Amino acid sequence: MPVDDTLVGREFPPTPAREVTEESVRDFAEAIGGAYDGSVPPTWPIVLAFDAMQTFLDAEQLDLFRIIHGEQRFSYERPVRVGDVLSATLTVASLRQIGGADIIGTTSAIHDAAGELVCSAKATLVHSGGAA
Amino acid sequence: MTALQQGDVLEVQTFPVTRADLVAYAAASGDPNPIHQDEEVARSVGLPGVIAHGMLTLALAGRAVAAWTDGAEVVELGAKFTSPVVVPADGSVEVLVAGTVKSVADGLATIALEVTCEGQKVLGMPKAVVRA
Repeated sequence: MPVDDTLVGREFPPTPAREVTEESVRDFAEAIGGAYDGSVPPTWPIVLAFDAMQTFLDAEQLDLFRIIHGEQRFSYERPVRVGDVLSATLTVASLRQIGGADIIGTTSAIHDAAGELVCSAKATLVHSGGAA
Repeated sequence: MTALQQGDVLEVQTFPVTRADLVAYAAASGDPNPIHQDEEVARSVGLPGVIAHGMLTLALAGRAVAAWTDGAEVVELGAKFTSPVVVPADGSVEVLVAGTVKSVADGLATIALEVTCEGQKVLGMPKAVVRA
C-alpha cells in the first residue's frame, strides 16, 4: 500500500527525551567494534533518529521490516556529549514512488534540553509496500 | 592531530563484521529490524540474505575517520546505502574504508571515503567533514 502523499511537510511529535548515558555510549562504541574513550561516536545520534522514525512508522502504520535505509547524513552543530538530554523531531521532507516503492525523505532535528539544535539527521527511507 | 593536507591518501582501515556483531549493534542502537538477523525475512523483502545495518557500515567509516584524524570533531558524516553488506551465518566479511582528503579550508577538512566489501562499493558518496 503506498504511503499517503499528504505526508510531505508534516512534522511528527518529538521523541521522549533520552539521556546520553555513559553506559549507552559504551555499548554503542563496543558494538561498532571500538572501545569507549569518553567521546560519543558520530553515528550515535541514529539512536534518536531511529526513535523518531519509529514514531513516524507507528503513526503511519508502516512495518519496520519493509523499510530499507537508503541514505543517512548527519550534520552536527556540536559534538554529542555524555549527559546530554536529547529529543528528535522528524519532518517528512519529500516523497516519491519508484517501481512500487515509496522513497521517503526525512529530517530529524535533534535538540538538547535547552532547545538548542545539536544535530540534523537526514534519512531516506525506502518502503517496499508488498502486495497492495 | 596530524595535519591533513589536500590530496592526502589515508591508510585503508579494515573491519570484520559477523552475525554476532549485528546482534550487538541491534541491541546498542535500538534497531530490531529482522532483515539484519533473520535470513527468511531478509529474502522475503528481496535481499540476498542477512545484511549489516547500513548504519553499522557508516559507523565503521566513522571509526576510520577517527583513526585518521586522532578523533577530530566530526561536523558532517553521511552516505547512501547503495549495496548491501551480506553477512554470512558463519565467519565474517570485511568492510574496507579508504579515504582521500579533498579539501582543507576554513578550519574544515573534507574527506571523500570509499567503502567496499568483497570488491564492491557499498556506500554511495560517503563523505566526512572534520574540524582540522
